[in-house]
Amino acid sequence: MKAELFDALMAYREAKSPVAMVTRLEGGEQALVSVDGTEGPLALTDQLVVEARTRMRDDRSGISTDGAHFVHVHNPPLRMIVVGAVHISQMLAPMAALAGYAVTIVDPRASFATEDRFPGVDLSDDWPDEALEALKPDSRTAIVTLTHDPKLDDPALQVALKSDAFYIACLGSKRTHARRLERLREDGFSDRDFARLHGPAGLDIGAVSPAEIAISVLAEMTAVKHGAEPLKAAA
Amino acid sequence: MNKYDPRQQDDILGRIAEWRRDGRRIAVATVVKTWGSSPRPVGSQLAIDDSGAMIGSVSGGCIEGAVVREAMQSIQDGQPRMLDFGVSDEQAWEVGLACGGEVKVYVERIEGQ
Repeated sequence: MKAELFDALMAYREAKSPVAMVTRLEGGEQALVSVDGTEGPLALTDQLVVEARTRMRDDRSGISTDGAHFVHVHNPPLRMIVVGAVHISQMLAPMAALAGYAVTIVDPRASFATEDRFPGVDLSDDWPDEALEALKPDSRTAIVTLTHDPKLDDPALQVALKSDAFYIACLGSKRTHARRLERLREDGFSDRDFARLHGPAGLDIGAVSPAEIAISVLAEMTAVKHGAEPLKAAA
Repeated sequence: MNKYDPRQQDDILGRIAEWRRDGRRIAVATVVKTWGSSPRPVGSQLAIDDSGAMIGSVSGGCIEGAVVREAMQSIQDGQPRMLDFGVSDEQAWEVGLACGGEVKVYVERIEGQ
């Protein structure tokens, strides 16, 4: 690996930006494929660039379909920030951790966000907008608001919608969500922003219990991550 | 970081960057393909310096010795190489990949400044 490519790779990692190192197995020439560009001495076909980006999206390193290259995906860690240390969060946090997410739960109400209720989960008792600004959501971060309280959810969404978070979702009925959009519109957000906002959070799988609701949210998050929208039933 | 993150891995590249700052000569081995019950997933890495120091892993430990030898060769000659280990390979039995899996490991030198 050339020194300058190694340095470029480290710079992408530092910036928490997804990148893939493509190596030609015969000869060892290499190039980096990022979300919006390529660099390095190895000449890449369009097909290979597309495949590298698909692999980045799916977080799946491997030998390319042409059999001649290795695509090594270097993605920032997956993160999920949950606003609201509520009963659904108690289900969602361990499920998301199993799915590979580093979970942080934000709730300024100290009696909700306790180590007893969330063993082994990172907790923040900062106000949600401050907490999110400090956590710097990137393109591998999902943000879910679950408090039902505009006083807590809205400031979080204001920061979330300005970030690169790949998934932003809010719990609450259709009516609650419509009122939420009205408030955000008054704050200057537009339909383009709302296209990224999943509300009510989760897939319509008839979920009732907190665990089922957590599954529906995690399923929607997974679909968005892999670009599997619009959703189809699994074959 | 979350204490409950099953995918948390050692920061091999970060450690390589430190080694480079120390002026060490380094090769890195990467798992590029696996079959069967190989213990480390594709993308797992092992870095080796010219004194034989190593960080990370490409298996449960059974092929590391052979990988380190090849990596030190690569540091010397600058040539990348592909190593195959598996039950179908007589030599692989010699290094003891008895877990029944097969792995393909790519070894390359990290160039200096």
